[in-house]
Amino acid sequence: MTEPLLRVEGLRKHFVLRKGFPRPRTIRVRAVEAVSFTIEPGQAFGLVGESGCGKSTAARALLRLIEPDAGRVLFRGEDVLTARGDALKALRRRIQIVFQDPYSSLDPRQSVGSALTEPMRVHGIATGAEARRRAAALMEEVGLPPSALDRLPHEFSGGQRQRIGIARALTVEPELIIADEPVSALDVSVQAQVLLLLRDLRARRGLSFLFVSHDLSVVRWFCDRVAVMYLGHIVEEGPAARVLAQPQHPYAQVLRDASPVPDPSRRAALPRIIGEIPSAANPPPGCPFHPRCVHAMPVCSERMPEWTPAPGENAGGVACHLVG
Amino acid sequence: MSKVLARLRHNPMTVLGALLCLAIVMAAVLAPWIAPHDPADQDIIARLAPPGGDYSLGTDQFGRDILSRLLWGARISLTVSLGAITVAMVIGGVIGMVSGYIGGSFDLIVMQVMDVLLSFPSLILGLIVVALLGPDLINLVVAIALTAVAPFARIARAPTMALKERAFVEAGRALGFSHLRILFRHILPNIMSEVMVMTSLWMATAVRVEASLSFIGLGVKPPTATWGGMTRDGFENILDAPWLAILPGLAILLLVLGLNMVGDGLRDATDPRLRQE
Repeated sequence: MTEPLLRVEGLRKHFVLRKGFPRPRTIRVRAVEAVSFTIEPGQAFGLVGESGCGKSTAARALLRLIEPDAGRVLFRGEDVLTARGDALKALRRRIQIVFQDPYSSLDPRQSVGSALTEPMRVHGIATGAEARRRAAALMEEVGLPPSALDRLPHEFSGGQRQRIGIARALTVEPELIIADEPVSALDVSVQAQVLLLLRDLRARRGLSFLFVSHDLSVVRWFCDRVAVMYLGHIVEEGPAARVLAQPQHPYAQVLRDASPVPDPSRRAALPRIIGEIPSAANPPPGCPFHPRCVHAMPVCSERMPEWTPAPGENAGGVACHLVG
Repeated sequence: MSKVLARLRHNPMTVLGALLCLAIVMAAVLAPWIAPHDPADQDIIARLAPPGGDYSLGTDQFGRDILSRLLWGARISLTVSLGAITVAMVIGGVIGMVSGYIGGSFDLIVMQVMDVLLSFPSLILGLIVVALLGPDLINLVVAIALTAVAPFARIARAPTMALKERAFVEAGRALGFSHLRILFRHILPNIMSEVMVMTSLWMATAVRVEASLSFIGLGVKPPTATWGGMTRDGFENILDAPWLAILPGLAILLLVLGLNMVGDGLRDATDPRLRQE
């Protein structure tokens, strides 16, 4: 098998806070705990889970926007976590990120044209009129008029800003785009347009995606593979069709059942999830999901379940005591 | 920006303050051409002449023309305060931005040092520096700049801390921008208006400190005309020729008032809480 585009192994990020006076207590928030997955070239990999499960932290940590505490991140075999200086800059050119909030992701005082040409200058891709020409082409590619290059971000709507954010990520011609909830801040009608644009770009440019989202229907439509995260752990991973249609992990099953079903006859009584997501500062022992799990057994509160591969070639796997 | 200007124009106090400042700046710039006499020329016959007559605002104890000395003195006041505030804005602004951007214990230590600076009244701090370095124009600028570094550091730090959490700073890092580029190309333009508002208010303080230092003899050395120095000289003859102290005092008052009025107007015009009106 060929080398994967991105291999993440045992990525961990704990936030340490010191609170209280005069005797401060140290609080360790285990946002991301041993997250591993691989993304093949051209693949769209979905990372799903409810808010607070650590999916955005994981995405930022593998880009080193937040320094992870442990783990390995290999991009085409190159170690991202030990790269420094020019090597890191070169890696950053190849992995780009699109942010959730289009209102804070653009510098309010920088014209769109400048925002698009600056990365080209920084990476020595193009300058002057050539950079401007490329910026205009990118604007067209994301469905905005090139004449808008001289305008400031506040003159655009949320959806247009998100298109500008996507165009900015494309200025450095990346191979992998990390999309951190790229449409969840947008109106539903605009969401579809931006998603279509991302899918077009993926097909046209052969881009790979790490698609972080809490919206299963969006992930089902966009992604080839999906990992379900819960409280800093990946609990199930596999091809999107299998994981979202026949999930094995009880949490993934609840997630699937909670996402709206277009067929009213199937809507009936859904098993409700019990309680709130536990605090990552004080995670339960054993399987992180056991306090809310309807199938919980004594062993669940004692040991972290092993990773069990699903039957079949490349079918992913699940971490649950019920399986395996 | 144009909205800010429009709000400024609608505030009569700001317009008045701006006109006052403009008049004093014009007087200072045009002093060599509009001053009726040389500010150092002594007319021994016409010592302590009252206002009116040959000398429109009178003469001092050496027979020097008060009006000419006021016009030339405006140059010292404006040069020193403008120079000092520019220096303080650049140094304080950079310290505040870098400190807020880096954060953590570095920020804590830097801000503690700034708090120590801030705890000295500006006159005392200026006095110490001038006493150490000796009174001349450059040392005055340094002394007054030092007193205003800490406030500018505080003003630059707060919005920097807010901005560095915004996604566009993260986007810059993801795009491989250096920290310097992010600070000076992306954060600086966004905090500039807040820093600029402070400059006119602190200019007024600088004018006051310069005048006070000159008054106690630590300003630019005589016979150079300074408003503070003239007020002090006038004091010796306050009973016979009260205008000698009153006129330069009035000049200081008008400049400080004008700068404060502009500063207040600028602050109100850029205050988001007042924008709804």
